[in-house]
Amino acid sequence: MSSPITVYVPRDASALSLGADKVARAIVAEAAARNIEVRLVRNGSRGLFWLEPLVEVATPAGRVAYGPVKALDVGGLFDAGFLDGGEHSLGLGLTEEIDYLKRQERLTFARAGITDPLSLADYIEHDGYRGLKRALQIGSEAIIAEVLDSGLRGRGGAAFPTGIKWRTVAGCTAAQKYIVCNADEGDSGTFSDRMVMEDDPFVLIEGMTIAALAVGATEGYIYLRSEYPHAEAALTATIATAYAEGYLGDDILGSGQRFHLHLRRGAGAYVCGEETSLLESLEGKRGEVRPKPPLPAIEGLFGQPTVINNVISLASVPIILDKGGAYYKDYGMGRSLGTLPIQLTGNIARGGLIEKAFGVTLRELLYDYGGGSATGRPIRAVQVGGPLGAYLPESQFDTPLDYEAFAAIGAVLGHGGIVVFDDTVDLAHMARYAMEFCAIESCGKCTPCRIGSTRGEELLEQIIVARSEGPQPGRIELLKSLCDTMLGASLCALGGMTPYPVLSALNHFPEDFGVSQDAAEAR
Amino acid sequence: MAKLAPHADLPQYQAVTREVLAAHRDEPGALLPILHDIQDRLGAVPPEVLALIAEDLCLSRAEVHGVVSFYHDFRASPPGRVHLKLCQAEACQSMGAKALTAELQEKLGLQLGETRADGSLTLEAVYCLGNCACAPSALLNGELHGRVDVEDLLDLVEEQEARL
Repeated sequence: MSSPITVYVPRDASALSLGADKVARAIVAEAAARNIEVRLVRNGSRGLFWLEPLVEVATPAGRVAYGPVKALDVGGLFDAGFLDGGEHSLGLGLTEEIDYLKRQERLTFARAGITDPLSLADYIEHDGYRGLKRALQIGSEAIIAEVLDSGLRGRGGAAFPTGIKWRTVAGCTAAQKYIVCNADEGDSGTFSDRMVMEDDPFVLIEGMTIAALAVGATEGYIYLRSEYPHAEAALTATIATAYAEGYLGDDILGSGQRFHLHLRRGAGAYVCGEETSLLESLEGKRGEVRPKPPLPAIEGLFGQPTVINNVISLASVPIILDKGGAYYKDYGMGRSLGTLPIQLTGNIARGGLIEKAFGVTLRELLYDYGGGSATGRPIRAVQVGGPLGAYLPESQFDTPLDYEAFAAIGAVLGHGGIVVFDDTVDLAHMARYAMEFCAIESCGKCTPCRIGSTRGEELLEQIIVARSEGPQPGRIELLKSLCDTMLGASLCALGGMTPYPVLSALNHFPEDFGVSQDAAEAR
Repeated sequence: MAKLAPHADLPQYQAVTREVLAAHRDEPGALLPILHDIQDRLGAVPPEVLALIAEDLCLSRAEVHGVVSFYHDFRASPPGRVHLKLCQAEACQSMGAKALTAELQEKLGLQLGETRADGSLTLEAVYCLGNCACAPSALLNGELHGRVDVEDLLDLVEEQEARL
């Protein structure tokens, strides 16, 4: 009898949400019934979510994909000889040749969907831990030089140069330093952190270990939002493996260097994605924002020098160390170097993860990759950068994804999430929601955010109720003035950026607020 | 999970709390993990145990209460046996989550944030489950579901109720 054929069914939460477990069970049952030996691997997701559950089969020509597969399709797939790559209406051909995937530049997500995320052997076989090995050889200064040279900027949204943060912490003298990973990915329209943690968790562990070597930290924390139970399970398992195999602990790979990594679960507070609020939460306190300075790099967790980076920033470090800063920097444009894992979400026909060099335009993403809206109606607006990002109209769809280009149009790239809305969207309702969300999630420390968000919600409700009765310049002026106060006087980005979605909605879609396009332009 | 009967169950709460506190003895800043562990085991953080936690961590009761009440996750009484969280964030709204929520609330006779009197079902809002390319999304007793409509959700709730 020939050796068993390997079949891949993703374990990623999005794939599970569409029935991947049922499909996996059906494949095992059908194989048993037909007396065929199959080796089932629960891989990560490729991030082509409109095709999930995406089943792959290893063939001599390469991995062949079928999707979206339902449990009911499994019998038919066996009949069609899918184990030999046989033709079927769900057949997609060789996975690597799927246009959406083929046109990406997968650096940070090089392994996602290919490997078994829980297998250290798989990770190492696919170039894992090469970055750490080089880091151990070259030492702190050279590690930081590589990260500086790569041009990597914080992928959480603030886009601060990662290498400079690391250099600051390395330059501090302290008995204890910390590496903190911000895995509180609360922005609607984002899931790239979740995918790293579920689909390739070792890359995050490796990135944090390299950061620790670079700055001389011996303790690390991952602050993970509680809404991600699958990521928690994957990290718990892989951290234990890393300890058992000498990749974490008191003597990393026999180098005598130590790094201990702890996983902490958040508790449903959006504001804890703000770095100082996150540190408060890690210390066991209310997640209230700290004034800056002092910067966390100088006085962070428990008052000690702390590197706090987003998941994607840290997960991009291993490939930078492995292939060199120059290799990474070769991607991108201007001062936005490397790649950005873009998340195409909401009302979109082909939603998913698109890792591309900076510079791709919204229009390419929405139509060439995304295939237009899911409902088939025209796309009216997109919100980029989460709940604190601006709403952009069709006239701005040619903007390249680049930190500076977005800043120039009063928008932000943030964590790379794009939420698509068709022409049924009511932007005044979305603006009110932005204020409502800010009111729900405000930590309460500063007045502009705590009170301003509630006043803003009330004001927008009044505008919505009265908008059919003609212009209401008084309320619009008041709303602008309130936004100005929140923008200028809030302690952190929650209150300080909630005006972005509100004002962009008002400026680009004035008709939804009872303001005529002409009147808006005249002002 | 049965509704907590404060007085009869007090010894059990205290025993669980003491065990959890002991398990986190040497951990710095451990209040959140402590609260999570208690809630994972009891379904809630009963107000009766806050004094015990405060004493153990050398904090005031007010400080512990301040932390418990700050975070949306911590609850004073357990949720319904079937616990449905519906995402209300932007990506799900772009795929009709508001209308879906309104219709579901009507069909279930329950508003977001409410639990049925018999403790059978809790309906709750959640802001992003990280499943934004498969909106609208819901979390049912810890299981994630994507591209759901009202019929799917009613079937899933029924299925869960039958299982329990």
